[in-house]
Amino acid sequence: MTTPPTPQQPQAQPQQPQAPHTQAPQPQQAYAGAVAAPQGPPATAPAAPPAPAAPAPPSAWQQAMSNAYTSPIPVKRTNLGHALTSEWTKIKSVRSTVWTLSIFLILVIGIGLLAVANTQSDDYQDVPFTVPAFFGLMLGQICLITLGVLVTSSEYGTGMIRTTFTASPQRHRVLAAKILIFFTVAFVASAGSILLVGLMASGAHSGPEAGDIPWGGTVFKGALYVSLLGVLALAVGSMLRHSAGAITTMLGVVLVPAILPGFLGIWDSTQKLGEKMADYNAINSLAKIFQIDDFDSATGTSQLVLLIVLTAAAVVGAFALLEKRDV
Amino acid sequence: MIELEGLTKRYGEKVAVNNLTFTVRPGIVTGFLGPNGAGKSTTMRMLLGLDNPTAGDVRIDGKRYAQLKDPLKYIGALLDAKAMHGGRSAFNHLLCLAQSNGIPRARVHEVLDTVGLTAVARKKAKGFSLGMGQRLGIAGALLGDPEILMFDEPVNGLDPEGIHWIRNLMKSLASQGRTVFVSSHLMSEMALTADHLVVIGQGRLLADMSMADFIRQNSRSYVRLRSPQRERLLDVLHQAGITVVEAGNGTLEVDGTGAERVGELAAQHQLVLHELSPQQASLEEAFMQLTAESVEYHAHADHQGPGDAAPGRAPSGGPPPGQRPGQGWGSGWQQPRKGD
Ligand SMILES: Nc1ncnc2c1ncn2[C@@H]1O[C@H](COP(=O)(O)OP(=O)(O)O)[C@@H](O)[C@H]1O
Ligand SMILES: [Mg+2]
Repeated sequence: MTTPPTPQQPQAQPQQPQAPHTQAPQPQQAYAGAVAAPQGPPATAPAAPPAPAAPAPPSAWQQAMSNAYTSPIPVKRTNLGHALTSEWTKIKSVRSTVWTLSIFLILVIGIGLLAVANTQSDDYQDVPFTVPAFFGLMLGQICLITLGVLVTSSEYGTGMIRTTFTASPQRHRVLAAKILIFFTVAFVASAGSILLVGLMASGAHSGPEAGDIPWGGTVFKGALYVSLLGVLALAVGSMLRHSAGAITTMLGVVLVPAILPGFLGIWDSTQKLGEKMADYNAINSLAKIFQIDDFDSATGTSQLVLLIVLTAAAVVGAFALLEKRDV
Repeated sequence: MIELEGLTKRYGEKVAVNNLTFTVRPGIVTGFLGPNGAGKSTTMRMLLGLDNPTAGDVRIDGKRYAQLKDPLKYIGALLDAKAMHGGRSAFNHLLCLAQSNGIPRARVHEVLDTVGLTAVARKKAKGFSLGMGQRLGIAGALLGDPEILMFDEPVNGLDPEGIHWIRNLMKSLASQGRTVFVSSHLMSEMALTADHLVVIGQGRLLADMSMADFIRQNSRSYVRLRSPQRERLLDVLHQAGITVVEAGNGTLEVDGTGAERVGELAAQHQLVLHELSPQQASLEEAFMQLTAESVEYHAHADHQGPGDAAPGRAPSGGPPPGQRPGQGWGSGWQQPRKGD
């Protein structure tokens, strides 16, 4: 066995920092000669200006530390801005984002345009021009839920989260940046597509038969609703750390309250609960926001408030669990 | 500079890391050696603030990891598993890391060049071989030009050229005054790269000494003897002032005396020898023996009852049971550990 260059290494020292590591700089010398080309940046690496061979016990510790490497790259205090740039790079550099958003846009705009083409002006007498977007959103919200889950859970699934948290030990900042970036992306995509559909519909059907219902609010509320659903999914993904589990959970959140009321209506005792579910499930909430219910003057505000409360609770839970758990 | 003090990690009943106290110093390569499952990766995760210690403490230049404002410029780490999103290109993987610490984009190109991945920078990481994945992980570790580098089993999956490359990389990083902490389950690998050695088994500290001392104490050379006139041979050697150890199976082992001298003595006294052979215990053997003992120790500990665990701080100071005094390993334990 080849023996390596054998530095005159002292027995390991006691742990008190005060204890001088008498000969710590020496191995450095031993290697400074032995290694030809220093790797890494050519930097002004203070590669061991030969330390005095005579051990100078009191100052040896400081000497060891002053010989320690210092990088020429300037030190910056990291802040939320850094985390946001990083998360923006992350979200746009994976296929799943491209896929989920493409399908979302195709569903909302595609189905929306089909609906625009198959309606007449008098169809818009009692409903806003954005109604064609509603049909696509019902399906499209699943895409945003999937993307939201993947933004967090895929990091756990791949092991990336360890690299992420090593680079950014301020975990809450990472999660905050993820939420902000995802919400922005989801809101821009959904508001943009709803707006586009609304503009198409109003362009094609702005005859005198069409009503004069303001629809700007439905763009905002509709986009807010599906984006928040995505943030809820993101928080669930962060808590469960498992893509399939989190997506299934979110499908349950969307579908169960839409299906269950039919059964709950059978018994008197659960009838009230069933009615509430029917009122507040995701599908019906969107319908309310787009004012599809004929006799209802409400515009989904209470449904939106419920989702805001639910999402806030999940986000708080995700933050609370984030710091304590091992990754 | 990394300081561990009484670091302990339990997973349920299992004690993965048991009261580790040692220091990793700048300017040298410190090898972190232990068989699979010894707790090396767990220790490293705790160093990085990824896992919370059950007890004990880790300091990086006197600070907790979470207190570091610009962690990538302090520590670069390569973790054992591919800790990256396979769907992202090598460049984008490094870019998002760089951005999170405000490191300029140009530095991404530099480290890709350093590890030799420039040609595949735009390729997805999931198509990479194990060795390329390791190189990408190393690029990420070098990104912030940090003063502390930590590599968990870096030679895994590398080809001979890659292994050679990483050995030189680690040595040159240390020679620049950086702290280099590298784990391995192979003694032979450590013997080639490390200046200082920390050995653990079953989560416990087994040795903490310089590589030079380790080699001196463990690559013991001795002379093996077999003779039908065993009793007389023992007498003769004893009279000559030579210490003999009985090694079982009728063989004798002589330390500190050359085969020539022993042979001449036997001839003088007309003794028949069936074997007279110089021997060299390999470091790998020594390592296996050491860690085997830690397993043995564990079985004893279970006998004493699992409930005696004073959280995190096992009474320390004394050598662990199963320690053969005078066999060299003791020195790792004889060091004062008053900090405990
Ligand atoms: N997350 C975990 N949950 C439960 N046990 C774990 C976990 N991580 C590691 N262990 C156990 O702790 C021990 C040490 O593991 P590890 O640190 O990976 O060892 P090494 O890296 O030295 O091979 C092993 O027995 C392993 O099974
Ligand atoms: Mg490991």
